[in-house]
Amino acid sequence: MSLKKRKNADRIFYVMLVLAIIFTLFILVLLFSDIFKKGLSHLNLDFFNSFSSRFPNKSGIRAALLGSLWTVILSVLIATVLGIGTAIYLEEYAPKNKFTSILKVNISNLAGIPSVIYGILGLSIFVRYLNFGRTIISGSLTLALLILPTIIVSSQEALKTVPKEMKEGSYALGATKWQTIKKIVLPYSFPGILTGMILGVSRAFGESAPLVVIGGAASIWFQPKGIFDEFTTLPLQIFNWAARPQAEFQNIAAAGIIVLLVLVVIINLTAILLRNRYQDRM
Amino acid sequence: MTVKMDIKNLDFYYGNTKALKDININININEVTALIGPSGCGKSTFLKVLNRMNDLIDDTKVEGTVLLDNENIYDKNVSVEELRKRVGMVFQKPNPFTKSIYENIAYAPRKYGIKNKNELDELIKKSLEGAALWNEVKDRLHKSAKNLSGGQQQRMCIARAIAMKPEVILMDEPTSALDPIATAKIEELIEELKKKYTIVIVTHSMQQASRISDRTGFFLMGDLIEVDDTSNLFTAPKDKRTEDYITGRFG
Amino acid sequence: MKLNLNKEKIIENTLFVMNLISILITISIFIILFSESIMFFKKTPLLTFLTGTSWTPLFKPQNFGVLPLVLGTFTIVIFSSFISIPIGLLSAIYISEYASRKVRSIVKPIIEILGGIPSIVYGYFALNMITPIIRNIIPNVSIYNALSAAIAVGIMTIPMVMSLSEDAMKAVPKSLRENAYALGLTKFEVVIGVVIPAAFSGIVASFILAISRAIGETMIVALAAGSTPKFTLNPFESIQTMTGFIVQITQGDVVEGSIESQSLYAVAMLLFLITLGMNLFSKYIVDKYREEY
Repeated sequence: MSLKKRKNADRIFYVMLVLAIIFTLFILVLLFSDIFKKGLSHLNLDFFNSFSSRFPNKSGIRAALLGSLWTVILSVLIATVLGIGTAIYLEEYAPKNKFTSILKVNISNLAGIPSVIYGILGLSIFVRYLNFGRTIISGSLTLALLILPTIIVSSQEALKTVPKEMKEGSYALGATKWQTIKKIVLPYSFPGILTGMILGVSRAFGESAPLVVIGGAASIWFQPKGIFDEFTTLPLQIFNWAARPQAEFQNIAAAGIIVLLVLVVIINLTAILLRNRYQDRM
Repeated sequence: MTVKMDIKNLDFYYGNTKALKDININININEVTALIGPSGCGKSTFLKVLNRMNDLIDDTKVEGTVLLDNENIYDKNVSVEELRKRVGMVFQKPNPFTKSIYENIAYAPRKYGIKNKNELDELIKKSLEGAALWNEVKDRLHKSAKNLSGGQQQRMCIARAIAMKPEVILMDEPTSALDPIATAKIEELIEELKKKYTIVIVTHSMQQASRISDRTGFFLMGDLIEVDDTSNLFTAPKDKRTEDYITGRFG
Repeated sequence: MKLNLNKEKIIENTLFVMNLISILITISIFIILFSESIMFFKKTPLLTFLTGTSWTPLFKPQNFGVLPLVLGTFTIVIFSSFISIPIGLLSAIYISEYASRKVRSIVKPIIEILGGIPSIVYGYFALNMITPIIRNIIPNVSIYNALSAAIAVGIMTIPMVMSLSEDAMKAVPKSLRENAYALGLTKFEVVIGVVIPAAFSGIVASFILAISRAIGETMIVALAAGSTPKFTLNPFESIQTMTGFIVQITQGDVVEGSIESQSLYAVAMLLFLITLGMNLFSKYIVDKYREEY
């Protein structure tokens, strides 16, 4: 092939690459413009203060927002405690044997399981077997199990960054393992762990499939007062509205999406900024 | 003594830093020219000027002339790919592609138009023979190149370079990552290669330079201090800095 | 001293128990899916389930051939991969090999944010943007169709492919590229012939991950693909996926212990085994082709 043809291939390839990126960004723009066009007009104080109703122009996300708040906070708390603990064991205590590798493979498998399956797990164990019913506690526990693998993995990554010399220095001064972990390892890896937590918040906030399976998609006309109350969340409410044929409901779904996106973007940006600052520190 | 490459008043900049200052040197055909000097003196940078590898780095500037057979390689009309075909390079660490030995060597020639299988087979055989590797690998040409030893990988990289039928071969510390036996094999190879090619070798070992090169240039902090026939440079250096370096007073 | 040792032991044991919870989760999933599925297979032969082409658990006569659901999932996976794999890979190549630092610092975070958008948003997008466009181009397409959902799933998984492939390419050492350029190769030849093969295992892993995600995707298909299981690969028809069926059943009032409820577990078991299989396959590929640098 002549050099000219090869250089042409070079150029054509470059154009293809740029087109691919532009396509991706263009989709973003298209998506957002439609959502904003349809939903912006419905974003008013009433929207935030009202509950869902049969009438689209009277519907709001009050119950959904509160439900999201309850479930996300609860699930992240549970998952973080369990997740950090698991990660600490794997990185600091676990002996290098077959059982430990089984533990690690198991976690990576859990991370790849579709979220609906976690929903079924939650349905069987929390809703039915433990009789918690279709309530906030069931939803939170299910979400906690869902985001647990991600939090474990990101905590592991954060713990791995602690320099060996730091730990050895601590042991050399006579500190015990747990003292070293508490005073050296955890503070050092905290930003990384925090980033993982924030990404867990984002995931828990945006998930809907497992909660649909648990049964949180029914319309809720009240705000939850305790963990044994029935609930809905923002993504569930959006699903509920978007599934209805009337165009008006599509519009308030769009409004709900705007709120969801703004919150998710803020959460993710926080995580990204934190991670960048953390990486600079290294 | 025909001059293959003629470098005149070469200045090279990384951003605002002048890394090479007013370099003047001739590279003679079918000779081994060695470049020595302490770490960071610019000898590798200079080598990469000769095949325009520095073009890959952002914010670099070249001033002066670099002539290959009396044509300036930095001329606007020069195709950098054609240049690199004529001026090949072997690097310090062997870097086999994720392919079989055969494919490693065949990939670039194929792009340059050698598609016929018999031609390719012949080319690869000749290249591997030229790199003194043929007998060791002729039965496993289609196995991964990663399974070769370090010395074998480096000879394969040499075979890969000479498969392009270059005129000049640049070598950037080609044996510093190898054990003494592999090093000796490569030095033997270079003795053979210079009959067909012109070789410029950067080396941090003065003993290697004095063993295998015809001419040697001594670089220090971006300056080319002295260039002479190897025997002269090492026995009767003209510059005191050269003498200090080769007697081990620094570097 | 003795008290200290006890405290250390207690802490270590507590942390160990936390690890057991993750094993417990896997075991629970197996037990739950398995036990209900067994009850299902007592009433419906396994062969009928796996090879039957009609799935009508909510109608009379009840048929429990799962292939329509599998085909539905498969259709989504195929068409979404047509989008996510090429565009994801090309984007990754651009970011890794061509983009300037400034462009990279802008485009990368944007695409990461794209990856963090909840799937329900893409479901809305499928229903309200993609479906009308498809119906404009081809007038007789039903409102619910597989293609619309598949396109949305494809777009949703682009960031996944992009970021993992880019990581894989970034791990390829610069010296490998230099060696290739030194032979007189053009940038295209260096990227395609040298960098991509060197990053192969990570790139393939990203493809498998995107496919896995598409298999397990629920909300987009529930909103846009339909709830009518059909034995077809026609993307313009309304279909149902395995995940779509699971959502449909649990949204309704299905009696616990009924065969309809048990069929749900059988489908979930199948889904679980498929994604588990893909996960293990991905590990196998990564291990086999991994390049150590």
